[in-house]
Amino acid sequence: MKYILIVGAKSDICMALAEVYAKNNNNLYLAGRNITELEDFRRDLNIRYGVDVRLVELDVTDFNSHKRILSSLNPRPEGLVYCAGYMTDQKKCEESWEETLKTINTNYTGAVSITNIFANELEKTGKGFIIGISSVAGERGRMSNYIYGSSKAGFTAYLSGLRARLHKKGVHVMTVKPGFVRTKMTKNLKLPPLLTADPEEVAKAIYRSQQKKVDVLYVRGIWRFIMMIIKLIPERLFKKLSI
Amino acid sequence: MVISGWGRYKKIDSDVLYYTSEKTLREIILKHDNLIPIGNLRSYGDCVLSDVAVSSIKNRFLIEFNEKEGILSCKSGVLLKDIIEVFVPRGWFLPVTPGTKYITVGGAISSDVHGKNHHIDGCISEFVEEIEIMLPDGTVQKVKKGDELFKGICGGMGLLGVILQAKIRLKKIRSKNIIQRTIRTKTLEEIFQAFEKNRKITYSVAWIDALNLESRSVRGLVMIGEFSEDGDLSYPTKSIFNIRIDMPSFILNNPIMRAFNSIYYLKAEDSDRIVDIDSFFYPLDRIEGWNRLYGKKGFIQYQFIVPKKYSFDAIDEVLKTIKKDRVYPFLSVLKLYGRENNNFLSFPLEGYSLALDFKVQTGLLDTLSKLDKIVLKYGGRIYLAKDTLMSREMLETGYIYLDKFRNMRKELGAMKKFSSIQSRRLGL
Repeated sequence: MKYILIVGAKSDICMALAEVYAKNNNNLYLAGRNITELEDFRRDLNIRYGVDVRLVELDVTDFNSHKRILSSLNPRPEGLVYCAGYMTDQKKCEESWEETLKTINTNYTGAVSITNIFANELEKTGKGFIIGISSVAGERGRMSNYIYGSSKAGFTAYLSGLRARLHKKGVHVMTVKPGFVRTKMTKNLKLPPLLTADPEEVAKAIYRSQQKKVDVLYVRGIWRFIMMIIKLIPERLFKKLSI
Repeated sequence: MVISGWGRYKKIDSDVLYYTSEKTLREIILKHDNLIPIGNLRSYGDCVLSDVAVSSIKNRFLIEFNEKEGILSCKSGVLLKDIIEVFVPRGWFLPVTPGTKYITVGGAISSDVHGKNHHIDGCISEFVEEIEIMLPDGTVQKVKKGDELFKGICGGMGLLGVILQAKIRLKKIRSKNIIQRTIRTKTLEEIFQAFEKNRKITYSVAWIDALNLESRSVRGLVMIGEFSEDGDLSYPTKSIFNIRIDMPSFILNNPIMRAFNSIYYLKAEDSDRIVDIDSFFYPLDRIEGWNRLYGKKGFIQYQFIVPKKYSFDAIDEVLKTIKKDRVYPFLSVLKLYGRENNNFLSFPLEGYSLALDFKVQTGLLDTLSKLDKIVLKYGGRIYLAKDTLMSREMLETGYIYLDKFRNMRKELGAMKKFSSIQSRRLGL
């Protein structure tokens, strides 16, 4: 039975993903900060699905530790899901460099640091997959959310390039743009039901699409259309909008 | 968020708080008063309603399973559905289950639920080995069968503390199939006779056609069953039909339901059939949100139990009363019960219970108060998990250990900390 590494495992989407992968007979590494809080969850997956689940203490913004921690994983994971994400109020980011840096480091720099390590390894073995959870917010910088958006834009561009590189070696890279999701991160926002998915829906869509080797996944198709419109607005007009 | 019991008769705007760790739960308990622990909101009435509710639904982890003895430890928010899905393929089933699998373990214990095997096996508490509960002062206590506190918690409607986890003894099965026999009956006497004649059979329940009551005849289907031994332990998850919006309440009306009941009765065969767990135990779970069929105003389930000596007379009188008042329940279920346990607020006692689902309609409350008088007269009681309207008098006559429960609440300092609209109404 193969191992999958899920990074950012305390988020709602990751927990839902872990459940789906466990249900489909995959052993798991769940990586994140203060990961021991997931001990109940780990045991639960083990009893329910009879899979081996291991917790890995990992800080995605502590770049120097990545190589050491990830190279210690044995058996080696054959799939990586980078699911760590950080979003705070845009205003907070504008006022605080710490918040901005945390956003960038969690969503982009950390993602690249960790994904690089696995990309090189999978390229050699010629199998496996990498899934990056990016965001529709990365498709165009909007005044209300452009720090977060730009970090996700970077990650999307990275994944796109990586996909082209690893495709030739038989490694599948998938970019996921979930759209609105009902999670801890968005619990204080009023979200339109039609555009908002539950973590379980996101997780199932990701698993299905990974099996089918989809390149770019919009969990709810309507987001592809919405973002197309947003991208089509000329900059002259776009700068006058307050979205 | 606006919440209600399953009957959707009373609704209130309530702050629903969630926890997964003891630390969060302790903070919630110490910060709030008049808090009510809730699970998956499948109790029917107002026992789940208070300004602040603490939900176990995210505390949904399995902790340990002892494969030899079949003892499962799990957190209180685990659904019975999860236990079935995980353990039926391994040859284990719930020792006791109510008519829905969409309830939490914590809720099952707090209502001390029973099932079609009560006359043989008793309530769920018989199979609970240990409970871990957080008390009003935020301390966690392990409670074992036989402890005084155990008798209070099982059936205690969440009014003593928040159940964190429990150890439950599962039942060994050799198949997911049940050999079911349906016995078609024409009178109330025949229904009672069928129950008594088959009282050694593990599972039994009767459906009554209370919409087509003739002067002498009460049409009924007594369904009895035993697990098969055929070795088939597959438990495929089936698709369910989902009702997301309130149906206009005229959809469920007397002529339609009358016709439906007649067809259901006439189509039933007097024969043995092999059915699976879902069809036998959870027929209504096939339709998610079936409570919405009753429309916006909701429905009330009236479930009472009367000691065996008087069961026939009481049930006969109740059926006559609803017929006379022309207030018809769309679903009526009759059931035989075994010996009473000594938990303070457990519903079952040795006798028969009748559960009637009424659409909320004019005249209903008058009829229900007549039914109260009948139940009172025959020394019966009403199920707290279904109750919305019971009077204090009714509670005090029905539940003989009530004082013990009230004293326990006081001693633990739970009076102010934990309460629901129901507990305040009844002075629980």
